[in-house]
Formats: sequence, structure tokens, C-alpha cells
Amino acid sequence: MSSSRNLLAALAVTMLCGHAALASDTLAGIGRTATPAEIASWDIDARPDGQGLPDGHGSVAEGDDVFQANCAMCHGTFGEGNGYPRLAGEGKLTGDRPEQTVGTYWPFAVTLFDYINRAMPYPAPHSLSADNVYAITAYILNLNGLVPDDFVSDKHSLPKVKMPNEKGFTWKDPRPDTHDPACMTNCRPVASVKVVTTAEGSHVTPRTTGPLDTEIPQ
Amino acid sequence: MVDHKIGIDGISKLRPARRGLLRAGLSSAFALGAARTALADGGMPETDWDKGVGGAVADTTYGQPVAAQSDMKRRMVAWLTRDQTSSISFTPLQYQTGIITPSGVFFERYHAGRVDVDADKHRLMIHGMVDRPMIFTMDDIKRLPAESHIHFIECPANGGMEWRGAQLNSLQYTHGMIGCAEWTGVKLSVLLGMTGLQKSAKWILVEGADGSHLTRSIPIEKALDDILLVYGQNGELLRPEQGYPLRLVVPGWQGNVNVKWIRRIKVGDQPWFTHEETSKYTELRGDGHAYGFTWPIFSKSVITFPCPEMPIKSGGGVYEIRGLAWSGNGKIKQVDVSFDGGVNYVRAKLQEPVLTKALTRFTCEWRWDGKPALIQSRAMDETGYVQPTQAELRAIRGSNGVYNNNAIQTWEVKADGSVNNVQLA
Repeated sequence: MSSSRNLLAALAVTMLCGHAALASDTLAGIGRTATPAEIASWDIDARPDGQGLPDGHGSVAEGDDVFQANCAMCHGTFGEGNGYPRLAGEGKLTGDRPEQTVGTYWPFAVTLFDYINRAMPYPAPHSLSADNVYAITAYILNLNGLVPDDFVSDKHSLPKVKMPNEKGFTWKDPRPDTHDPACMTNCRPVASVKVVTTAEGSHVTPRTTGPLDTEIPQ
Repeated sequence: MVDHKIGIDGISKLRPARRGLLRAGLSSAFALGAARTALADGGMPETDWDKGVGGAVADTTYGQPVAAQSDMKRRMVAWLTRDQTSSISFTPLQYQTGIITPSGVFFERYHAGRVDVDADKHRLMIHGMVDRPMIFTMDDIKRLPAESHIHFIECPANGGMEWRGAQLNSLQYTHGMIGCAEWTGVKLSVLLGMTGLQKSAKWILVEGADGSHLTRSIPIEKALDDILLVYGQNGELLRPEQGYPLRLVVPGWQGNVNVKWIRRIKVGDQPWFTHEETSKYTELRGDGHAYGFTWPIFSKSVITFPCPEMPIKSGGGVYEIRGLAWSGNGKIKQVDVSFDGGVNYVRAKLQEPVLTKALTRFTCEWRWDGKPALIQSRAMDETGYVQPTQAELRAIRGSNGVYNNNAIQTWEVKADGSVNNVQLA
């Protein structure tokens, strides 16, 4: 009895088109080993502790020139934004609509290098030399008052820059931060049900039928 | 009257030269003159599509939606972003039937525009703390064991314009940064099994091939759980809008982690704290403190009929309230609907299929007395977590944040059947 059951079980396994046995060893021959040169050409990420930062360096003064030539047309001469992300600013993170800039909000300086290096300038990403990216990073940190005028940014100095909001983050999800029961009856006093804001007649709501606003000649 | 010949399968084949003549002739000379039972006699109205022959097969080789659905389109809020290549569009949920979002109107989010990638040249590299760094072509990836799963993807900024109060009078603009699709691809765990993982491997970094080279850090536990490398969506290859030829689908987690045009995965022992997980996609609370790595989408729901775009047109009577519910932490367990602004609720009916981390349809019969009403839906998922009110969320998180607004939506139904987005005290 038990031996025939085992036999049935064995048969069941073999009839599964080999799916049960589709482990990584059977996939040998699919894909190939990446060479060190291939990895180096794409391996651009840099972490807050500096791991991944390339050789090279750039000063605040050099950064001023590179920034004005490559970045200021969108972000403004002093990183003020002009409708694009504002790069420099001071102030608290409380109150109404606080400025979330490199100086007030960003927790790590290396992230600035990493982001500029991978995604900027917006129309021509990843086109600047490491020296130029180090220089722009130094300039923006200086605009925010985080490094002195004679600061030179490189893979050793950048991870050491103290960011004011480094301790301003919790990296563990606090949710669920609400714990409602699924109340069904008399969940709140009828008198408390008051409309406090309405979008009726809202002028900031784009069209919801017909052409998009941007398709209509102004 | 009809000049035809019978094909071998018995189907009439109209001669092309006669087809146009036939249609024109029937609608004027024959059809109108031959109305047998006019409406005035109490019969059904005449139609003109049963007086001849319709279009031929394959005269539209990739079919299009009906003209009556011409308003079902992605729309955008132009004032949200300075540039429309680094921006977002909204899914027209008010028109969606069922749980699958048609690929053509699935919301878009680009960080450096929609790029056209040559699939033959596209490569996926996996390296870092692995035993064997590897490169895969698209052909390689398609040889690996395939799976298909239905999941939603929601941008965590969905509803982000409503933190300070009801602002946009529209379902599409308040809830349209979401779509749900059947995704086909291979489990990431299969590829990580092929490269091997070193003992210290705790995180992966995923990177896109577009100009933003967008990167996010993901814990290895999630990477080995249900993450998919996807090349198919709703029965066809991914569209450029969704990251053709290859994107990540991270079930239940905020949209931007689902990196499009993915080309590189690096395995490491720490998170990278990239731009998209520090400067952006973190939650600044009222006390000035911020939270990062808030990945899962928590229980959320919204009534899709009625809504501002879909008012009640026939006065008081019986209506079926319809809506969508979803959770990034599992299946939707129940949805409750209120008609009095949250004083009392009734249990809605969930429509099959109810799938984990997927849009779920709910319905609820409503005998509307024609008087003003405040209608809401409230979702609970299988973890027992109940969707909160906007006032409750604002009290805890403040109103300076952008992300993870999963509040109960209140629609005000007026006596004339029109519907407005409102918020309650």
C-alpha cells in the first residue's frame, strides 16, 4: 500500500513537465558571465559612505563655472529654482510649505553627486566628467552654506560633509499609524459631519471631457 | 439584390467594388423608405446598422476603442510639473470596467521622458555581492520560466494634491495615478538563483536604462519573494509607456520602485539612499521629521460611480454603487459604504476575482431618495487594517507631505445628481 503510494507520488513528480526540478542548475547556458570591463562601464552608483565614488575632484570655484554653463538655465544662477527644483535654501522643515532643499532636507551629501552623475544635466544625462560632477556638487553644497569657499570635493571629502538633516529621517516604516475598527453604526455624531472643503467649481481642475487643456490653442 | 458569391466556408463575400455602393444605396433608397414599423406606431426605433453589411474582418488589424469612448483618455494636470517629460498622467478610472486597466490608458510616470529602447540591444546586468555576475539578453530572459500575475501599480503621490483639502473635482485627478494589469515575466528570484547570492547580500539596487537612470534600494527578502521582471502586459509586449522591453513589478509597493526599462541590478549589504528615496518619495510630517522606505500601499478604495465625472442622471431610485479597492499588503477582505458621511456603513459586495495586491471591484445597492448625500467607501484588507479618514491622517502626518494618502474619499451627491469632491471635519 505504502510502496504503491510512493510510486504514485514519484510518477506525479515526473509528470509535472519538469517544473518541480526547474532549479538554477538546469538553467545553465542561459545568460553569460559579465566581464569586469562591462561591469565598470555601468557601475555608477555611490553610497553615503563613499563606496562607489570615482577618482577625480572639483572645487567650489570650478563648480561655479560648470554650474552656470550646464545647470543655471533651469535651476537659476544661485540654485533658486525658477520653477525647476530649488537647490539652495535655508529654514525649518515645519510650518506651512517648508522648503525641501539640499541644505534643509537631503540627508546625505554623496547622494547629490550620485544623482547629478546619473541624471543631470536633464537634457544630457551622464555627460559630465567626474571632475565636473565633483565641482558642481561642491558649488551646490557651498550655496547651501554647508562647505567653505575653498572646499574641494572628492571621494574622501564628500562622505564627511555634515548634512543638517541627516538625523531628520526614520528609515523604518511607521505604518500602520492608524488603527480604526471597521465600525458599522453610529460611528460618529451626526452633528460632526460637516463639509469643510469642497472642490466644487475648482478652477485648478483641468478639463475632464473633450481635448486636454494643452490641446486647446491659447 | 445583393451581388455575392458564397465562399468555401459558407460566408458571403461581398465584392469590394459593390460594397460602398451597397451601403450608400441601402441607407437612402431602401432603408428609409422601407421602415416597416415606425416609432409612431409604438414599435422600436429604426436603426441603420441592420440594413446592410458591416465592415470586413481585418480591416482594422489592431482594433481601436469605440468612438463613444473618446473621452476615456489619459489626462494630466499641467500645473503640477514644469516639464511634461518629467511628469505624470492619470488613468480614467471613471470609465474602467472590471479590474484590468487597458494598456492604452494606464497612467504614465516618466523621470526623463518615454524612451524607445531597442530590445535586441537591451541587456540586464546582475552584479555586486553575487557568486557570478551575469548579463542577460531579452531572449535569455524569455527562456526562463514564465509567470503571469495581476497586480496594481500605484504612484504614492496619488491623492497627494488633496492633503490640504478637497482640490480637484474629479475621480481621474484624485485617484488616477493607478492601474492594474496582468503582468508576464520571470521571478527575480530565479535570476538571483542563477547568479548566486553571497552571505552578506542584504539589499539590491535596481536601475533603469533611460536618461534618469532611476535607482531604488530594495531589501533582499522582497527581491526573493514576489518581484517579477516583466516583458508582457495584458496579453502583449509591454508598451513604451510601461518600460518596454523590461520592467520590474514589485507587487504592492509604491510605483517608482517598479523601475521601467530596467538594465542593472546590483546586490549589496546596505541601502544606497538614492535621490528617489531621500529627496523624493519620503514623507515629511508636520513636526519636521520625515519617514523613508515607506514602500507598501496601504488599504485604499474609491467609489467610481457616482463620481464627479459620472453624476446621477435619472433622479432618485435604485442605483448600484460601484468602486475599486486595493491593498499592497494582501487581499481586500471587505469594503463598507456610507451614505451619510461616515455615521453608518453597510457591507459592500466584493466582485470576483479578489486577488492579492490587485484592484478589487465592489458594488452596493443604493435606494437614493433624491436628497443630498455624502457617500464614502472604506476598505479593509486581510491584515485587518482599515482605511482611515482624511482628517485622521492629517492629524497624524500634517499636510506638508505628498505621498501615501490612502484616505477615505467623500463624494457629495447633490439633489440634482451632480457630484463633488469634498472633505469632512
